[in-house]
Parts: sequence; structure tokens; C-alpha cells
Amino acid sequence: MKLHEYQSKAIFAKYGIPILKGRVAATADEAKQIAEELGGRVVIKAQVLVGGRGKAGGVKVAKDPDEAAEFAGQILTMTIKGLPVRKVLVDEAAAIAHEIYFSITNDRAAKKPVMIASAAGGVDIEEVAAKTPEKIVKIHIDPLLGLRDYQSRDIAASIDLPRELWRDFSRIAAGLWQAYKDNDAELAEINPLVITKDNKLIALDGKMLIDDNALFRHPDLAEIRDVDEEAPAETEARRHGLSFIKLDGNIGCMVNGAGLAMTSMDIVKLFGGEPANFLDIGGGAGAEKVAAAMRIILADPNVKAVLFNIFGGITRCDEVARGILTAMEEVKPKVPMVVRLVGTNAEEGRKLLENANMITAETLADAAQKAVAAAKG
Amino acid sequence: MSILINKETRLLVQGITGNEGLFHTTQMVAYGTNVVAGVTPGKGGEWVLDGKIPVFDSVKLAVEATGANCSVIFVPARFAPDAMFEAADAGIPLIVCITEGVPVQDMMRVRNYIDQKGVRLIGPNCPGLLTPGESKVGIIPGNIAIPGNVGVVSRSGTLTYEVLYALKLVGMGASTCVGIGGDPINGTNFIDVLEMFEHDPQTEKVVLIGEIGGTDEDKAAEYIAAHMTKPVVSFIAGQTAPPGKRMGHAGAIIEGSAGSAADKIKALEAAGVKVAKHPEEIPSLLK
Repeated sequence: MKLHEYQSKAIFAKYGIPILKGRVAATADEAKQIAEELGGRVVIKAQVLVGGRGKAGGVKVAKDPDEAAEFAGQILTMTIKGLPVRKVLVDEAAAIAHEIYFSITNDRAAKKPVMIASAAGGVDIEEVAAKTPEKIVKIHIDPLLGLRDYQSRDIAASIDLPRELWRDFSRIAAGLWQAYKDNDAELAEINPLVITKDNKLIALDGKMLIDDNALFRHPDLAEIRDVDEEAPAETEARRHGLSFIKLDGNIGCMVNGAGLAMTSMDIVKLFGGEPANFLDIGGGAGAEKVAAAMRIILADPNVKAVLFNIFGGITRCDEVARGILTAMEEVKPKVPMVVRLVGTNAEEGRKLLENANMITAETLADAAQKAVAAAKG
Repeated sequence: MSILINKETRLLVQGITGNEGLFHTTQMVAYGTNVVAGVTPGKGGEWVLDGKIPVFDSVKLAVEATGANCSVIFVPARFAPDAMFEAADAGIPLIVCITEGVPVQDMMRVRNYIDQKGVRLIGPNCPGLLTPGESKVGIIPGNIAIPGNVGVVSRSGTLTYEVLYALKLVGMGASTCVGIGGDPINGTNFIDVLEMFEHDPQTEKVVLIGEIGGTDEDKAAEYIAAHMTKPVVSFIAGQTAPPGKRMGHAGAIIEGSAGSAADKIKALEAAGVKVAKHPEEIPSLLK
């Protein structure tokens, strides 16, 4: 789950990381009022959950409250990479002397968190990483020990931070580590961390990604998820514990297991069809979850056929069959359905579906070919 | 011979009285797995499966009483990290965690801890292990595989079943099937298992089932080129998946452009691995 800049920075502030004064506005008038309260120049920043908003014109400096209202009005009508801007952050403007990149993320290969910093911060950090990797410093953190002070000092030294700022930098590093750890972040990023002209360190921007699997222990974070930023079907799927991604094809797919779901998409395409979605009902899905999955698939008007590929392990085929029957009674689907049940309780499942007017298949290739043919009508 | 589990394996089930735990314990026992004990805190002293299997309050007590040497975990995600720590501390040398949805930071702590103890963890978010005809630890349906000489290792769950089943349909069997799990941080990677198969006399050929994301397959390709004498056939899921969600700038920095199916297939083919277009093509490539 992605957090907005304003949400991420509010968390950073709780952990003692210095940020600028500012608030979120949803209208030009609100932006003007915030600018009046802050006084002086302000920065208006689009709050959207995609990168590259600066390059898209979603960040502007306003010299007074009237200009703040004008710019906020413009930005609030923008769409950045397909996402409409619904909120702007109005922050004090800082006098920037230097920009640093600073983050903590999971390094899956090392199986440890890694702290990353670069003296060449700012928007083009990916280019820095690609062209001059030597300008990026990485230090792995032992997840059992946590960040050690010397590691923060080592980072400060290797990005040539002036010595008088080391103490402040270590505090920020400790705060970022704690924010990352306490909130089960997959990424906690400050880009840029600026040195101001009066020689202070301030987190100018902030980004956090939270591990969806850990949201059960962060109800406060789950609550602030911005559902405006995702497709309604994806929100609905998540509510039912389903993993769903909408695609452009016309063959709806319902599969158990992410690997098999991707494989089912691959094989539909291999036989000349186009999948309408990725949908993994997960392990041990019961009838209710299956019914929800089917409603989500059939809500897509592009869907001309549905492929059910269930290989039972922890998931029981008879439970899935019950879900299919429940959903069919409810939605009365008009498109052909191809079903393949193998594995745990497959026979019981097949028996339940005997009179359900579905096309059955034995192998995966057979099922995919039948679904492709059915979608063509 | 087989790897990791065989007839001698004395299995303990953590979360044995839960829905999934009980259902799959029944299946494992029916398959012939030697399930010696179960653990559910607060239910010590009870028995399950018509009085055949004793339940203990802790792994330590279960190990002392039954000599269990392998544990399979069916507890919900929020309790799974604790279950893994408990099994490791009780001296279980092989832990198989079926649970899906374990938070990544928990897994980093678990992995770094058990590595210091020299414990082998399979999973989490995996289907477990199957040595056909001898023992099954986990949830792989027993009737979809027959004994044989093909070693199977996979990051996926149900996709693994497809492959075992496709092998069975043409009369090919497996030495051992290892589901290592699909999570970003897990206990065992491809190379660990490839090395075991290379040294296992029963295993003559290997099937490696990967998927998009991470660099585990690329490292496996390097290992195969340098160390494997046995032929390897592979399938990579996600060839048509749209570009995945990026983990911000930091993710891009860590993984670079690696992780696509095309890159993995290229790396494997360069290492002499035959890569199947779909899972049911694997048996013909093994011949």
C-alpha cells in the first residue's frame, strides 16, 4: 500500500525527522488560506500515488496566497499518468543549498533491510543509479540488531556530509529506521533530504510503501488508504482478500495461486486469446470468496468467456464449486464458462457442477483452448 | 534415496487443531507420513485423529516426548513467525511453513535468526514437500505424483501440482518435490535445492519452476552452468504479465531491470536449460 507524501511526512515528523510546515488542500480556496497562514513563498505539490509529478508540472512555487490559489486550481485539474489530482500539499518554501537521496528498503537478495544514500539526490536518482552507481552508498542493517549509530556515521561520511551535520543526520537516520520498522514499510524514502542555505537538514519529500500483509497490526494505516487511486474492482477484490489486476482482454480468469494464475494467462495468450484479468483466489478460499471473485470478473463488460482453473491443495475443489454455484444463482451469467478442477476433493467438486451447464476440461491446455474458442463465440 | 524427507521423517504439526491443520494432517497420515505429534498452545493433553496423535502445548514438549525431527506450520500469518522461532529454538532441524501472508519484515528477522542456528526452513507461502510413496509434509495432493527420478523445485504452489500431474500422466515420477514458496524472503532458494538434487543418487533430472520477480532464477542459471551435471528443464510463469508494480526508486536501484520472464528464460537457456512454453510441455522436454 502506497502512502501519499503528506501522509508519509506526517509519519516521519512523529519520528523526529524535520519537515516543513504545511497542510493538504482539496480546493484553490483552501490552498490560499493555508498560504496565508504560512506567509511568504509556498510550494504547491500534487498528491498522487505515482512518480514523476514534478516533470509533469505538478509542483509549483507560489510567491503569495493569490498565486497559491491560482496554481492549486491548475494542479487540481491535472491528471498525472492517468490519475486525477484530488489533493495538493501546500508547504513552506525552503532555500535549498544541496539535495541528498536517503531511503531504507527491503533487499530481497540479501534478506536484510538496506539503507541507501547519495549526495546526488533529487528527481534523477534512478539515472544516477544506472549511470554512476559509485555515487550511491548502501549499508545493510541486521534486522535482529537494528540500525547501529556507526552505520549512520559511515553513511554521512561516505556522502561527504559536512561534519557539523553528522549528529542531525544520525537522528534522522534513526528516525527513518524506526518509522520503517514500526510501520512495516517496504520502503521509507526521503528524496530529497535537503541541506538548507542556513545549514539545516530537512525532509522535503517523503514516500512510504507499507507491506499489505502487515496491515492487520496497523489499523490506523489501513484506514488512510486512498481508494480513490485504484480501480473500484481492485478495491472490492481486496475487501474479499482476493488478488486482482484488471487487463484489457476478454477471457476472465479465476485461478488459485499466483504462479498458476500467471501461467493460465500465459497459456490463454499462447492459444491466441487475451486474458481480461489476473485473479488469484489464494489458498483455502471458501465458497463466499469464490462467489465474490466471480461477481468481480463478470462485472467487466469486456468478458466474453470465463476460465476457472482450480488445482486443489489447501483449496478444496468442492468449496470452490459451491462458490461458483452460489454466484451463478445470483448473477445469472450469460457468457460461457470453462471449468477445470483437479486435486483435493476434485471429484466432489465436479459432481456439484454436473448440472451447472459449464464446459469442462481435463488439462490446462485443453481448458485454455476451450476458453479461447468460447470467447470467439 | 530422496532429499529432505523420507519414511524415517518424524513429523510435528504446528496448528494441528485448526481447520487447515487438521484437514491436512488427515491427508498426510492417509498418505503414510509418520505424524508423531501436534502443537496447539492451550490444547496440550488432547488427542486428534481418533486418539492417534497427541497434542502438546509447545514444540519443546512435543520434541521431548516424541523425538519429532521435522515441523510443518499451519498457523495463521500473524502467529507464524513465532511458530518458526519456537520450532528453531526447540531444535527442529527442518521447518516447513505453509502459511501465506507473513509480513516481510518478520521474515527477515526469522531468516537471519534461523541462519545462525543452522536450521533449514522451507517456505513460507509454499505447498511443502513430497517424496512420492514415502512421505508428504504439507499440502501437495498425494495422488497427483508417482515415485520416480525427476527432482522438482518450484517457487509456486498450484503450478507445481500441474507439473507433477503432467509428469504422472505420461508415467514419469518424482524423487522429491520441493515447493520453496513465492515470498520475497523465504528460507530456501533454488540453488540450495539444486545442490541437493545434484548429490541425490535417485534424482536423474531436475525441473525448475520459476516466476517473474527477483533474481533467484538468474542465480540458479549461473549455478547450473557451473555445477550441475544432471539435465534441467524449466518453466517461468508470468511471460505475459504486465510490468509489475515498481517499488519506488529504491526498488529500481536494488533490482535494476532484472526480474522479467524474458530475462530469466534467456539466462536459463544460456545455461543449457530447456525452457517449456507451458507446463504440460515439460514431460516431453525431459525425454
